[in-house]
Amino acid sequence: MNIVVCVKYVPDAQSDRTFTEDNTTDRVGVDGLLSEIDEYAVEEALKIVEAGEGEVTVVTMGPEQAADAIKKALQMGADKGVHIVDDALHGSDAAATSLVLAEAVKKIGTPDLVITGMSSTDGIMSVVPAMLAERLGLPQVTFASELTVDGSTVTARRDGDTASETIVASLPALVSVTDQINEPRYPSFKGIMAAKKKPVEEWALADLGVDASLVGLDAAWTRVESFTKRPPRAKGTIVADEGDGGTQLAAFLSAQKFV
Amino acid sequence: MAEVLVLVDHTAGEVRKATFELLTIARRLGEPSAVFVGEAADAAAAAGSLAAYGAEKVYVVSDPEVTAYLVAPQAEVLAQLVESASPVAVLIPSSPSGKEIAARLAVKTSSGVITDAVDVQPGGAGVETTQSVFAGSYTVKATVTKGTPIIAVKPNSAAPEEVSGAGTVEEVTVTLSDLAKSAKITEAKPKAASGRPELTEAAIVVSGGRGTAGDFGAVEAFADSLGAAVGASRAAVDAGWYPHSNQVGQTGKQVSPQLYVAAGISGAIQHRAGMQTSKTIVAVNKDEEAPIFELVDFGVVGDLFQVLPQATEAVNAAKG
Ligand SMILES: Cc1cc2nc3c(=O)[nH]c(=O)nc-3n(C[C@H](O)[C@H](O)[C@H](O)COP(=O)(O)OP(=O)(O)OC[C@H]3O[C@@H](n4cnc5c(N)ncnc54)[C@H](O)[C@@H]3O)c2cc1C
Repeated sequence: MNIVVCVKYVPDAQSDRTFTEDNTTDRVGVDGLLSEIDEYAVEEALKIVEAGEGEVTVVTMGPEQAADAIKKALQMGADKGVHIVDDALHGSDAAATSLVLAEAVKKIGTPDLVITGMSSTDGIMSVVPAMLAERLGLPQVTFASELTVDGSTVTARRDGDTASETIVASLPALVSVTDQINEPRYPSFKGIMAAKKKPVEEWALADLGVDASLVGLDAAWTRVESFTKRPPRAKGTIVADEGDGGTQLAAFLSAQKFV
Repeated sequence: MAEVLVLVDHTAGEVRKATFELLTIARRLGEPSAVFVGEAADAAAAAGSLAAYGAEKVYVVSDPEVTAYLVAPQAEVLAQLVESASPVAVLIPSSPSGKEIAARLAVKTSSGVITDAVDVQPGGAGVETTQSVFAGSYTVKATVTKGTPIIAVKPNSAAPEEVSGAGTVEEVTVTLSDLAKSAKITEAKPKAASGRPELTEAAIVVSGGRGTAGDFGAVEAFADSLGAAVGASRAAVDAGWYPHSNQVGQTGKQVSPQLYVAAGISGAIQHRAGMQTSKTIVAVNKDEEAPIFELVDFGVVGDLFQVLPQATEAVNAAKG
């Protein structure tokens, strides 16, 4: 079973995330890391391969520093990495990102499974997995909170608002996972050492045969017109409960007309 | 006037409030056409309520195959309607499935897609949307520059307005590709109804975290006194104390109610990502240093098992 995991390098949510002059997310001036949700995707791929055989390839598209995201996945146990890096990619939207990732998956040689996280921790759009499925012409098995691969079929539990659904598809398929699916491992010392010797290829757009005019900020199908920092919330009233905290809370809610 | 397609969110013909909000938004942009996918028998009931909120047309797709597979068929239905009706925009509820339908439709029609919009207005070359990003710390205005704007809109983004539309029903037949039929829904276990409002639609949400130590009784009683939905932090969900469908945060629901009450929740960044845009925020927490207090309009430093029951009693008494 060969698996490709698409991961993203994102600004650390604990740091001050911001925009640059061209209204794109600042990915250079802030600390970044492997999107936490993608760790669940890497873990799931490792579990499947460890239970049988095969190879896990991690793919990321992003600036030079995004190599850190691949490194982390290799330390967890993935076999090899592909880093798509090209100046022309700066400012790419979800549509362009899915185009580039789809071409990369094809170049690797369409695997049995393509696994992604349910969303990234910065954009939280959750659209790239569905777009990838559409572009690759693969069954879409997304938001999996439980996954079983059996021979040539994949079965997932997808929890929705009104029902918990069982989704079945035949391989090859595209799967996105939630943070309910497993408990990602920490890289072991051995894993960290082994990662240093694992192959990572750098591909530019030309290697994928993607025309630069189809990606990047100018090719985006949407445009950020403006962004404004929300004013900090006005400082609220904080009371220590001295026996009447609940009564005070109710009084506040009444005054605000919630009661 | 040009059409605006609105994908209807419903359970067995009972249309959800978020759809009426979308119809109201659609009227700002053109003539609302509702797209109903479901049983033919349910369509009639739905058509009436859709017309009452301004739908001029109701496209009905009653092919059972459309709902037997995950999201891809709905995207094909909409792509066919985009082709035939040339709408000025397509509005879709910003739920996980809704966003995925929007995503596939965008690729199929080479159109720009915007998700999690909290406002949509005419502007630019068509529509201008407002989104809240980075855990609510920035407000972004954006436009679609290619194709038909496909916008996934969050619940509570407009007050639904009743105005009667013609509601002319048009049956639509679709031909689904093999790809659309590749991820089959083989089973759907319905969730037990809580009798409380839906989390993302509720005007008030009361959430409990690890501080409940597994006992959500006080949280639920307070929620019920306010007619609120109940939410939970991931710590509470991971511990098995509350269902995942009630999780608020980055990997749960993003809510933006008039009032959000966090009880026994520390206020981690991933939790904030799901509630920071709430209008009024209240917290009850034993620890005065808990980061949740940075966000609150009103906070009580205390034990939730003391504070909430007392508040519940006072609220119930005030209601008379
Ligand atoms: C990829 C990823 C995604 C995540 N997604 C989410 C998400 O969607 N939603 C989410 O919530 N979290 C999410 N998290 C987890 C998040 O980081 C926190 O771990 C979680 O929110 C903590 O939950 P908590 O506040 O209930 O627990 P804690 O942080 O343990 O806080 C419990 C609080 O309860 C207080 N307390 C204890 N006893 C009482 C009492 N008797 N009365 C009053 N107060 C009391 C304590 O003082 C403390 O502040 C995610 C994490 C990761 C890595």
